[in-house]
Amino acid sequence: MLALLAALERGLPEAAAGAPRVGVTGAPGAGKSTLLDALVRQLRSRGETVGIAAVDPSSRLSGGALLGDRARLRASADDPGVFLRSMATRERLGGLADATWASVAVLAAVFDRVFVETVGVGQSEVEVAELADTLLFVAQPGAGDVLQFMKAGVLEHPDVFAVNKADLGPLAERTANELEAGLALGAGGSGGWRRPVLLVSARDGTGIDTLIDALDAHRAHLAASGELAARRLRGRIAFVVDSLQRRYGSYGLARAGGRDAVVARVRSRAGQGTFALIAEIGGEIEDALRKPEA
Amino acid sequence: MASPQRDRPWVFRTYSGHTSARASNELYRRNLAKGQTGLSVAFDLPTQTGYDSDHPLARGEVGKVGVPIGHLDDMDTLFEGIPLDRMNTSMTINATAPWLLALYVATAERHGVDPRQLEGTTQNDIIKEYLSRGTYAFPPGPSMRLISDMIAYSVDAIPKWNPVNICSYHLQEAGATPVQEIAYAMANAIAVLDAVRARGDLSREALPRVVGRISFFLNAGIRFVEELCKCRAMAELWDEITRERYGVEDPILRRFRYGVQVNSLGLTELQPENNIIRIVLEALGVTLSEKARCRALQLPAWNEALGLPRPWDQQWSLRIQQILAYETDLLEYRDLFDGSPVVAAKTAELKGAAREELDRVLALGGAVAAVENAYMKRRLVESHTARLRAIERGEIQVVGLNCFTESEPSALVEGAHTVLVVDESAEREQVERLRAFRARRNAAEVAAALRALRDAVAGGQNVMPPSIRAAHAGITTGEWAGVFRELYGEYRAPTGVAVGVGGASDERLARVRDAVRALSQTLGRPPKILIGKPGLDGHSNGAEQIAVRARDVGMEVVYEGIRLTPGEIVQSARDEGVHVVGLSILSGSHGVLVVDVLEGLRRAGLGALPVVVGGIIPEDDAAKLIESGVRRVYTPKDFDLNRIMGEIAQLVAEAGAPA
Repeated sequence: MLALLAALERGLPEAAAGAPRVGVTGAPGAGKSTLLDALVRQLRSRGETVGIAAVDPSSRLSGGALLGDRARLRASADDPGVFLRSMATRERLGGLADATWASVAVLAAVFDRVFVETVGVGQSEVEVAELADTLLFVAQPGAGDVLQFMKAGVLEHPDVFAVNKADLGPLAERTANELEAGLALGAGGSGGWRRPVLLVSARDGTGIDTLIDALDAHRAHLAASGELAARRLRGRIAFVVDSLQRRYGSYGLARAGGRDAVVARVRSRAGQGTFALIAEIGGEIEDALRKPEA
Repeated sequence: MASPQRDRPWVFRTYSGHTSARASNELYRRNLAKGQTGLSVAFDLPTQTGYDSDHPLARGEVGKVGVPIGHLDDMDTLFEGIPLDRMNTSMTINATAPWLLALYVATAERHGVDPRQLEGTTQNDIIKEYLSRGTYAFPPGPSMRLISDMIAYSVDAIPKWNPVNICSYHLQEAGATPVQEIAYAMANAIAVLDAVRARGDLSREALPRVVGRISFFLNAGIRFVEELCKCRAMAELWDEITRERYGVEDPILRRFRYGVQVNSLGLTELQPENNIIRIVLEALGVTLSEKARCRALQLPAWNEALGLPRPWDQQWSLRIQQILAYETDLLEYRDLFDGSPVVAAKTAELKGAAREELDRVLALGGAVAAVENAYMKRRLVESHTARLRAIERGEIQVVGLNCFTESEPSALVEGAHTVLVVDESAEREQVERLRAFRARRNAAEVAAALRALRDAVAGGQNVMPPSIRAAHAGITTGEWAGVFRELYGEYRAPTGVAVGVGGASDERLARVRDAVRALSQTLGRPPKILIGKPGLDGHSNGAEQIAVRARDVGMEVVYEGIRLTPGEIVQSARDEGVHVVGLSILSGSHGVLVVDVLEGLRRAGLGALPVVVGGIIPEDDAAKLIESGVRRVYTPKDFDLNRIMGEIAQLVAEAGAPA
């Protein structure tokens, strides 16, 4: 699997790295899929192709999962310019990052823009933030006050906030104000990026164009400030370390020289494919594990 | 012996219609001659969802579960020789209700009948379509506006018409408990009346009359004592709500008026002759108590779980009503249960619990909000899941299904044709008639009528007058709905399948889960199943139960929901990398649609992917499906979901990993 991904990675054109990756997160019921559907429609009408990885949680009890997004994403029907793959977190069998990271890498090679949709429940935001350039948080009107947002930990990572169902009027505006207030209080945002809170409605199409503009603006900001490379590096480091740790455990990671050594390795090998690098370090760990400890 | 004063019987109806307007007209006339006193029109799925018979999504569905009505000539043929000014017609129509009512009014006008004489009902309850039946087309906001338009229009222009029939029937079919059935029906009625009250163009004095035209459509299950109490509880609750919330002073306008179709959910495919007994008992639940007696009754046929009923099957059900009303002494007495402490206590208990649940829905923002955030749907899927589990475990006993299963061969199901088979040429002929009709029209008039309709819709005017004009001008069903689709888009209702794992301690479920876990090891990932409903049939209860159970045994489930073309299903199977495809079809169009999916999969290089099918599928058809490559066919007699899951896992194991 790793070898296959590494080979695929080698074949990717340089430009593939350029496809913007947008993480979409928010509480269940916030309308992420319907908003995504509206975004996809709009992007398709502009001629952009779109790849989507939609992640839903696996049941801890049964290991099964209900992947519900296809039912909501109607824009993808019979259109080769849109690809959707739904996947489960599979905590029991290896975790979110493995499959999602690989899928995003492949999708970014093929489509003009990539979305990764997850249910926002704390940890997944952190993980999506690691593999997306831009993190979009979708809130629904009446979702709570500033304190609720802060408690939920949703204010730290996202770069763009969208309050969906703006057609509900004053309630949506109040939620947007609460979010603005929360953002003004806390840390977050980076390198001079002022994180926008937008009112949108997937239902009647309000604000969809503005939202796309905001996503583009954030991406342009990242590129201009040099933050894009830094973000991707952070994500790459997190993925490589996590991936090795999951495969070989803390003990295996220690045999590779420990976390810091791996981080240094990732930093020094900017030109090398991520999967190739994991395969390489993994091979070394396997060799080391075969030898008695020095 | 002097015959005592008898109460007037309720209206006898039979839900029917198939093949074509001509064939259905002949059936109606025969039924009326047999003593039926009202009509209940079943429309086919393209008509219900607003597609012309030649639309790609209509393929395989034309004339299947009802009559195709594409334009004014079809409606005219449907009622040929039936005096509209003396008929009581119930139309099971929802998303496209304004249109079918417009066609009915235009037909009356064509024959010089004053619309003010028309009596009957358009079902026109969109909320239960989102929750259960699935034949919605537009989003909740615009749909509620259409309902409100019809009510505001008909209160003066068609004053004897019931413009909306609030349905708790389908909620029970979707698994609702009696308390849920009461609460959600009331929440639904409140949503409708609140929308009407908020209109600017309705006078204050008209509101009580509007309230007086709201009727209900209930279900009656086999627990007929509880059902009787349910009807009484609803009557009391409705009286309170209409007085308190809408200030209706006249008790006659506060009366709880309802029609009934008794339960189909409990009818069995095994020993189907027993169903006729179930139907009789269920009919008692809604007729015994004078105070809570239905206004109209339609009874299903004994063989519904086997396929589409034949005229004789429907006649047998009509005879039940006639014997009950004319032979027995039921109608000679006032209420039999007044003063019964048992009935009073049960009624009070149901009413109290329903009040609580109703308040919960209202606190969430009412029925429309509770559709959008899937609250009601989730509760229904939970109840349905609990019911099926109870049947699997034998806690609910169903004779012939999970107990007393030893049986002599049924004398009723011997011989080939125990169900109605719709002539396959019906669709082709309907399409030909539609195209000929289109060619006959005056193009300028059609364009002008469509423009006027679009302007009225966009401008917020009542859609009824321009719809009636459009009917006269020769607009088709697909064109009418197209105006709304263009302005509001197509809607997808939440599925409600995301409920937690319940009753996971089940030993048999655990065994299947172990098998799936072992299979996951072999495959390198959990088996992934695609579940979808091709065609226009919106009854998603079965597919949802399968989806939930598949998740509970450890599969990854891509639940696609309803109304998919075979092409979409093939695309999803490919993009999602699934190990097996499950298709659910209840409309009788399995022949065409399943074969289309199989062919599509083969063309996509996925010919080895196992496909299983579930639905109401006659035995002969099941054999044909297996022959054409389907691996398993499940019908209502297969109530053991764990066994189904075990077999699906086995199929995946045999097929191995997908390419």
